[in-house]
Amino acid sequence: MADVTQLIHDYLRHNKKFPHVFCAGCGHGIVLGSLIRSVHALGLPKDDVVLVAGIGCSGRMAVYVDFNTVHTTHGRALTFATGIKMANPRLKVICVMGDGDAMSIGGNHLIHAARRNIGVTALILNNQIYGMTGGQCSSATPQGDISMTTPFGSLEKAFDIVDMCKAAGASYVARGTSFHAIQLDRLISSAIMHPGFSVVEVFSPCPTQYGRKNKFRNAVDMYKWLKSNTVKVETLKDPTQKPDDGRIPIGVFRDVEEPGLEERYFELQRKLMGQNR
Amino acid sequence: MSKKQKGQTRVCVYPDWCKGCGLCVAFCPAKVLVLNAFGKAEVANEDECINCGFCELHCPDFAIAIKPRARNGAAQPDPRSGWEDPESEHGRASPPEPTPEPNPNPEE
Repeated sequence: MADVTQLIHDYLRHNKKFPHVFCAGCGHGIVLGSLIRSVHALGLPKDDVVLVAGIGCSGRMAVYVDFNTVHTTHGRALTFATGIKMANPRLKVICVMGDGDAMSIGGNHLIHAARRNIGVTALILNNQIYGMTGGQCSSATPQGDISMTTPFGSLEKAFDIVDMCKAAGASYVARGTSFHAIQLDRLISSAIMHPGFSVVEVFSPCPTQYGRKNKFRNAVDMYKWLKSNTVKVETLKDPTQKPDDGRIPIGVFRDVEEPGLEERYFELQRKLMGQNR
Repeated sequence: MSKKQKGQTRVCVYPDWCKGCGLCVAFCPAKVLVLNAFGKAEVANEDECINCGFCELHCPDFAIAIKPRARNGAAQPDPRSGWEDPESEHGRASPPEPTPEPNPNPEE
């Protein structure tokens, strides 16, 4: 297993402040490592990768890596990514968002990006809370869980990101966790190479804001929970149904080959230009 | 894991980047790492390491590196990075002392 950390160091901007801003035990650091390993495994040059990040804990991720990076406004990471992809479809555009970024304020952009099937990889880091602003209840906080704004338990149901993206028409939908790092490498690299819109939801524990209030004594307890409460979707009898025991299915939920919006656009452009000649 | 595959690696923890989350300590199958008095991960029994790579993949702060061990016990130097292994000097054979030039005039 040698050289894993060494190659990650090759992709970091060492003139930034390290260690990075994430709390001790935060899963975002593991996802960052996984993203770097996936890009390295695909052999993409650093200049061909664009990392677009929104606001929030996950938005800090774009600061640390040595790709082309954009740190955009809250919830609008996907719109910036759509513009970049349409302007230069040669680039691999990866969009890193948190659950508040992607589901709450940017929920509309997410469903329309999925409907358009634009060739962008959306990486949704779901820590089930608004971590950076002080632990408010987000749209991905499970029902009954305690946050700063819901001290007696959340009354609302949480969004299922995978189901919503499937319904909105994304052509690659997967879910991983930051505990299952090797599987996450696989999911992210196949999502990057997928032609259409691809979504990878990553469960990334937030020990500081979410875990402390919800009976997780430390970060290790949260990772143990992830280990025992997830099930591979391939092992389920009926992959379309959720397991009865409440475990979270992880793996690839949809993988359909569909041309992305930019491919269809340039095909139309070629056709029309051929008619004019 | 057979016994043969143990002890072939050198585990390096970079203490400045470690935040002491304890993931590597809790999940290491061979109990190689412990948390020290400063709350940071520290290598306790390196010879038990089975080279599974869990700590290296799951360290959120990129503070752990597993390197193959050279014959004399030192980590093999990586020319690509300037990341110094703090213990590499101990295992390496010390360079030979420069022999003092014979004094041409022993009387003076």
